Amino acid sequence: MSNTVILLIVLGLGVFGFFAGRARALATAGGDRRLLHSLPNYYGANVGLNTIVPAAIVLFVWSIVQPMVINGSVSGMIDQDAIAEGSSLGLIMSDVRRVAEGLDVAVAEGVMTPDVASDIRTDFSNVREILAEVGVALGSGVTAETLQAAQGYRAMAGIGNLLKTAVVLLISVAGMGVTWRMITRDYRARNVVEKGIMMVLIGAASIAILTTVGIVLSLIFNTYEFFKLYPFTDFFFGTNWAPSFSGRGGSSELGILPLLWGTLYISFIALLVAVPIGLFAAIYLSEYASKSVRSIAKPMLEVLAGIPTIVYGLFALLTVGPMLVGVFGDGGMLGVNWMSGGTAVMTAGLVMGMMLIPFVSSLSDDIINAVPQAMRDGSLGLGATHSETVRQVIIPAALPGIVGAILLAASRAIGETMIVVLGAGAAARLSLNPFDAMTTVTAKIVSQLTGDSDFSSPVALVAFALGITLFVVTLGLNIFALYIVRKYREQYE
Amino acid sequence: MTDAPSDLPNSAAVSNGHASLLSENPMMKKRNAAETRFKLYGIFALTVGLAFLIFLTVSILRNGIPAFTQTVVNVEFTLTQEQFDEAESKMLKTAAYTDIFVNNITAQFQERGLDVEFDNKAIERLLGKVGGDLRSFYRENPAMIGQPANFELSTASRVERYLQGKLTREMVVDGRFLEAADLDVVDAMVGAGIIGTAWDWNFITGTDTGVDNPGGAGIGASVIGSFFMMLVVLLLSLPIGVAASIYLEEFAPKNRWTDLIEVNISNLAAVPSIVFGILGLAVFIQFAHLPQSAPLVGGLVLTLMTLPTIVISTRASLKSVPPSIRDAALGVGASKMQSVFHHVLPLAMPGILTGTIIGLAQALGETAPLLLIGMVGYVAREYPDSLSSGLLDPNSAMPAQIYTWAARSDEAFFEKAWGGIIILLIFLLTMNIIAIILRRRFERRW
Repeated sequence: MSNTVILLIVLGLGVFGFFAGRARALATAGGDRRLLHSLPNYYGANVGLNTIVPAAIVLFVWSIVQPMVINGSVSGMIDQDAIAEGSSLGLIMSDVRRVAEGLDVAVAEGVMTPDVASDIRTDFSNVREILAEVGVALGSGVTAETLQAAQGYRAMAGIGNLLKTAVVLLISVAGMGVTWRMITRDYRARNVVEKGIMMVLIGAASIAILTTVGIVLSLIFNTYEFFKLYPFTDFFFGTNWAPSFSGRGGSSELGILPLLWGTLYISFIALLVAVPIGLFAAIYLSEYASKSVRSIAKPMLEVLAGIPTIVYGLFALLTVGPMLVGVFGDGGMLGVNWMSGGTAVMTAGLVMGMMLIPFVSSLSDDIINAVPQAMRDGSLGLGATHSETVRQVIIPAALPGIVGAILLAASRAIGETMIVVLGAGAAARLSLNPFDAMTTVTAKIVSQLTGDSDFSSPVALVAFALGITLFVVTLGLNIFALYIVRKYREQYE
Repeated sequence: MTDAPSDLPNSAAVSNGHASLLSENPMMKKRNAAETRFKLYGIFALTVGLAFLIFLTVSILRNGIPAFTQTVVNVEFTLTQEQFDEAESKMLKTAAYTDIFVNNITAQFQERGLDVEFDNKAIERLLGKVGGDLRSFYRENPAMIGQPANFELSTASRVERYLQGKLTREMVVDGRFLEAADLDVVDAMVGAGIIGTAWDWNFITGTDTGVDNPGGAGIGASVIGSFFMMLVVLLLSLPIGVAASIYLEEFAPKNRWTDLIEVNISNLAAVPSIVFGILGLAVFIQFAHLPQSAPLVGGLVLTLMTLPTIVISTRASLKSVPPSIRDAALGVGASKMQSVFHHVLPLAMPGILTGTIIGLAQALGETAPLLLIGMVGYVAREYPDSLSSGLLDPNSAMPAQIYTWAARSDEAFFEKAWGGIIILLIFLLTMNIIAIILRRRFERRW
């Protein structure tokens, strides 16, 4: 039976258990629900949950473990020496699985009897034809040995599935029976059910931890693989980025410095655009603007933050890039030939700066608004002008928050992907000219992992090392920003 | 007393510029100028920010709107029964129809005194396989034979670009796609007034095409891909996010474990999206062997990304339910769990839904993680035919489709990419408006 059918049966049993439990609870109280410890539905829910949850967990675990166990024992059947040149155990195993699936399909469609399918003496050339008939084409590398392995695979999978069905249904029925029998008038069904719900809530909250653990483990594991193939020092101190896809990446030079330089340069330009504009806009909105201006301008600025980055990427590639070439390129408005192509540090930096304006302005706006009115009044009362109040009283008071906002914006800039993939170019170089095309850590992660990369060459694995660098840098910036905000926050009132 | 005025600054001192608040002294002038300057900086910054927004909007609309229309040639055409029989009796039936069509057009040109020479090949380059279209039309509608019928034939994308002025004669390289001589025919068609524009439904409902047919590419299939991804995100992130928030907000004891979870969630919200893509690649594809490019995998990755957003907004709305509600429930004998699920949660629901919609809108526009799980470059040529194929078969998603088009070398796809952005933004706008309406209608101030 397939997992879906088993699950449906278990769910059906659970619903049945719910009503059985409810009925029994009412029966023990002689039909008077006031005599029960909990509401009758809790008794039913308790039985239902005990029917479904343990069985479903066993089903889930079994479905994951069974293929692993079978894979292990079937790959033991394959002769290590029989593995052809250019092939691997993994490839043969995937053939075995395909043949086994093909046999299943053939039996299901009735073109092959179950006996023939599992008979060890079945002629292999026949099988090939029959499988082709049901739509499973086999490569020439598939041998009779594979067929035998596939038959073994099918036999084990068949036994496993039978066992799985039996065990899961047994657990389900046992769970129902035991909890049903435990029901008495004074049984604290509500407490038990609530404990169960609590476990679910805790489990949900722990997913955040699991995600972080998943990120860290997948990064560390693959980065470790990478450093086994490529020296640690060359990666961190190499000044040349030249992945070579020939010879399984053996002759690549994978230095991170040009990428880091590109990342920092673009982020720097982005912040150069975003910080002054964002900060002044925030000051104007919170200190000078009338209520009506504020109620229109603030949401409009925030729209910039809600626009997906792919839009900014396209905007950089197709609008800003060509425009900048028109100004700074060959034969451009300024008559200087600084820019040779639309994709450049400047293009990506400008557009990214646009994207970051609302980050800086919203956060700063909140922080400036949090500075108490009494401080403004005090300063104005001493004769300071409004701008002097802002510069000498409000900004110093809000500074930690503003610095925090800028750091958060910087972390966004460093982790931004789409704008640089489309707008910054693909050439890794250490150059000071902001009109040169450069590339960043994120853009290279994308280019190394897009397409059919196999995870054993350093050219693909380097993306994980880049990823962990990015993760550590952005995480560090965030934590540092929060630390600054907390430590230097002026406590008013 | 009479001496007193002489000790105070008098009118003589005013002329020195040191006494009255009403007249500006040089120092004050400087300070006031600085004040005005400072205010102007603010106005300038705000204007620049808003100008960016306007610039962006204008460039999206200007470049994107043409994607929704296509250039068509309107031809009024009468096929007689004899012509039909003759064409059907030939060996190359569609070619025969094309001949008839070419003769018809030439006749129309000559009526207007336009003189251009062209052959069947040119018509195919300009309008695609006209003969086949005509033939299938008359075979399906035999009644139309002998009567004038109006045909709207869509032109090749290069013709459209020529008419928009994006393609000049100098740029045309003779080849499979378009020859310089063909443009004379186009000019003649313009002169004859038979070229017009029509709404292009295919762009909204169609599927992606290969790299050689920008005219026929549509975004429909990837909208469905995005829909299935959002379905996964909604079904997973809403229950998990709400459950996690309820635990953290209502039940969690103050200890190291809870602190760890809280710090974790706020940090996850700031992890770059590409890192989630790496996680998805390593865990779901490399380790769990889920299919590449599948909306299910995309949905799982986006779920992990959206969770922190939903948790943060859910906690805020749980927090805004006043403690008196909880106390009242506990007071009449509800358990803690009952007070939360029966009273606090329903009251917090509008806020939770608003946060969820905003989280979904963010996830809908997210592109970077999709690049890594193989959604980019996959040519979504067909619609999924069932729920499971919608989740498990490779498909594209709206932002991934836009990226794919933007990355193609044929510039005709750029227009499609801009058009795709308009559709994406319409979705996002709708979701945000729904969120705002929800908030306005149901939010309670306690």
